[in-house]
Amino acid sequence: MWVNNFLILGAVLFAIGVYGVIARKNAVLVLMSIELILNSVNINLLAFSQMHNNVDGNTFALYIIAVAAAEVGVGLAMVMLIYRNRKTIALDDLSEMKG
Amino acid sequence: MLGFPLIRYAEEPAAAAHAAGWFLDHAWLIALIPAIGFAIILFFGKKLPFKGAEVGIASMVASLVLSAGAVYQWIDLGHDAHPVIKTWTWWQSGGMQFTLGQHIDGLALMALILVSFISTLVQIYSVEYVRDDRRFTHFFASLTLFSAGMLTMVLAENMVQLILGWEIMGLCSFMLIGHWWEEKANSNAALKAFWTVRVGDMGLLVGTAVLFGMFHTFSIDKINNTVAEGGGFSKSMLMTAAIALFIACIGKSGQFPLHTWLPDAMAGPTPVSSLLHSSTMVVAGVFLVARIYPVFHTGLDINVAGQQFNLIAVIGGITVLIAAVLAFVQNDIKKVLAYSTVSQLGYMMMGLGVGAWTAAVFHIFTHAFFKCCLFLCAGSVSHTGSHHSFDMKADMGGLRKKMPVTFITWMLSTAALCGVPFFSGFFSKDEIIDSAHANHYTVFWVVGLIGAFLTTAYMTRATYLTFFGQARGAAAHFVHGDDHADADHHGAADSHATDDAHGAHDVKHSRPLPFAPHDSGWLITVPLIILAALAVVSGYLNAPAFHIEKFHHWVTPHLINEMVPEAPVFKWVNALPSIALVALGFIVSLAISKAVFGSEPSPLKGLTKRNSLLGAGHRFVANKYYLDDLYEKVIVRSIAHPIAQGAYWINQRVIDATVNSVGIGGRKSAGWVYRNVDQRMVDGVVNGSGIAASEAGESLRASQSGKVNQYGALLFGAAAVGALVLVIVNS
Repeated sequence: MWVNNFLILGAVLFAIGVYGVIARKNAVLVLMSIELILNSVNINLLAFSQMHNNVDGNTFALYIIAVAAAEVGVGLAMVMLIYRNRKTIALDDLSEMKG
Repeated sequence: MLGFPLIRYAEEPAAAAHAAGWFLDHAWLIALIPAIGFAIILFFGKKLPFKGAEVGIASMVASLVLSAGAVYQWIDLGHDAHPVIKTWTWWQSGGMQFTLGQHIDGLALMALILVSFISTLVQIYSVEYVRDDRRFTHFFASLTLFSAGMLTMVLAENMVQLILGWEIMGLCSFMLIGHWWEEKANSNAALKAFWTVRVGDMGLLVGTAVLFGMFHTFSIDKINNTVAEGGGFSKSMLMTAAIALFIACIGKSGQFPLHTWLPDAMAGPTPVSSLLHSSTMVVAGVFLVARIYPVFHTGLDINVAGQQFNLIAVIGGITVLIAAVLAFVQNDIKKVLAYSTVSQLGYMMMGLGVGAWTAAVFHIFTHAFFKCCLFLCAGSVSHTGSHHSFDMKADMGGLRKKMPVTFITWMLSTAALCGVPFFSGFFSKDEIIDSAHANHYTVFWVVGLIGAFLTTAYMTRATYLTFFGQARGAAAHFVHGDDHADADHHGAADSHATDDAHGAHDVKHSRPLPFAPHDSGWLITVPLIILAALAVVSGYLNAPAFHIEKFHHWVTPHLINEMVPEAPVFKWVNALPSIALVALGFIVSLAISKAVFGSEPSPLKGLTKRNSLLGAGHRFVANKYYLDDLYEKVIVRSIAHPIAQGAYWINQRVIDATVNSVGIGGRKSAGWVYRNVDQRMVDGVVNGSGIAASEAGESLRASQSGKVNQYGALLFGAAAVGALVLVIVNS
């Protein structure tokens, strides 16, 4: 039964993250929300890894942490450049991808 | 894991059991030292005082000393010594280990000392011969690597290492034959040598792969032992492996029908020809057969009762005869020797084919000395006798008085080659012929005897043309009493050196010659004298006539000793036919040579021009049996070009007509299809879907707001729907 607690925690974090990605206008906050989502996945992986007594989940979690670090690095750099060019990081003002 | 120099030492338990002695344990140094020497010459050679030659010679001398030490310790170990095997992991890939190592036994040691000895002498000789050449340093680098390749192959512990050495030699032969590549003929000869040998090399790869498939090892020792014990493997597979490997030997050792590259390889500098034809390169094929002899012996059923023919003996026998006949029509002294080498290699193969292992290997040994000496004599003649011409008819003759040292060493080596009693060739060649008889291979006994006759005859012809009779062309210069010859000597020496760099060894003399024939300098004559001495005495290592069987005891492994029939007991009666034929060959050839090439008028002169049958035979042989034409004009052209006129006719009349009628019919039906199917149906569908897509796009365009948050929402919404579907499906 104890694994449920972790899964619920993961689900809550995931939901908060999704809400942040959808609702927030600030690009930095969106990046932070993405981190939340990734970490909720990590929690799930670790929980299942403990449950099955298998080290594979831990390995994946470490791997995700590394990828997340790289992703944040690139993301923040992009935000910096956007800010330099436009003096804003509000996502509402960025609609260059409009088809 | 694929680490390149990931070399790990792993001593074989069998070898660890008895300490064999320092030289035997470190025999791998014999191949390593020239390899390092090569690198030093290549990178630093030009800055050294002697332009790299001293490094080459020093590394060969070091190898020679180490081999001599190893040979001494091996003899000390006695008759039943096990091979000294060591392996290092070279690289590993996918669970397979490739090793480098050494497999030192009598055979390997015999070849090691032979190669390092001959290489040393050839390098000393080269210092004089290619002096002032523009690629002097590169010449020595290639020569040293060439020896390193042969040494690596000779002490190879496994088949992969053997291939490594084998291919290094192939590359070096290419570089050395094409040393004077500015002339098209030379670079063509180099390419021909390389590609012809490559044809055979395919067999080596296939054969090695088959052996690995059968025994799951590359180790020569294990393969030999497993085959010798018998059982547990497919006989037909072993035969396939033996045939594939023998094809490689045909290419490398210049056996029929791939012998055509060897005479062309004469385009290289004479020291190269000498090294190539005596102890390295061409001997590699024979050595390979001797090295993994159990594979051939069992695979090809050699010495099975009642067997009259087998692949190795037949190829060897054919080679003995056709090459010997070819040697009669050559005017180039080096080509005579080249065909002689081909013929002698045929003897070795034939010996292995009839089960005379010791005799064949012994023939490798003795042949190396006298053939090397003959080539170096030819080089000496061209160097200071005939002004860089090798044409016996145009530029030689009567040289025996002018070049006494060259003449005497040539005569001794020729006697050894012909098998004159008490010279080294007599003991090795006669042993092969005798064994063929004793092992009931009657046909090859006859072939061997005819070969002995032919050998004496063509060598007598070559000797007569070079050293006797009237001086001609370049050799005649002094005889005609040109007074300024000596005065010109020094001034002309420069142009002579430039010619050397240009490789003008084939140039027919067309201007006043700079010097009269005289003997070469000591750097050339000393190697000649040493080799000639060995050509005389080396036979006494294994002279059954005097009950000496040292070579047999030292070299023949236990394994092979049990496999092949006992060497026949020597009787002078058995040797009589070949001695008689040698004498006959000498007398007949001398008489004909005198009649044809001498100064007196004779009915034999120009006979091939008057008698159409003899003329046709002469033309057939002079054109090398048209084998080159077969390869180049028929096989290569038919692949490179369309198969000529007949194919063209069929192309025009049959194929074109078919294509045309098909084309016309096709166009008509295509028109109908175009009008009806294409325009109406297909286009309709395509246009319709295009319109539909464009309209759907317009309506979906609204969703592409360009806002990241909306995209995120869509993504997660879609993921949620997907998850929901999964949950419903799985529940």
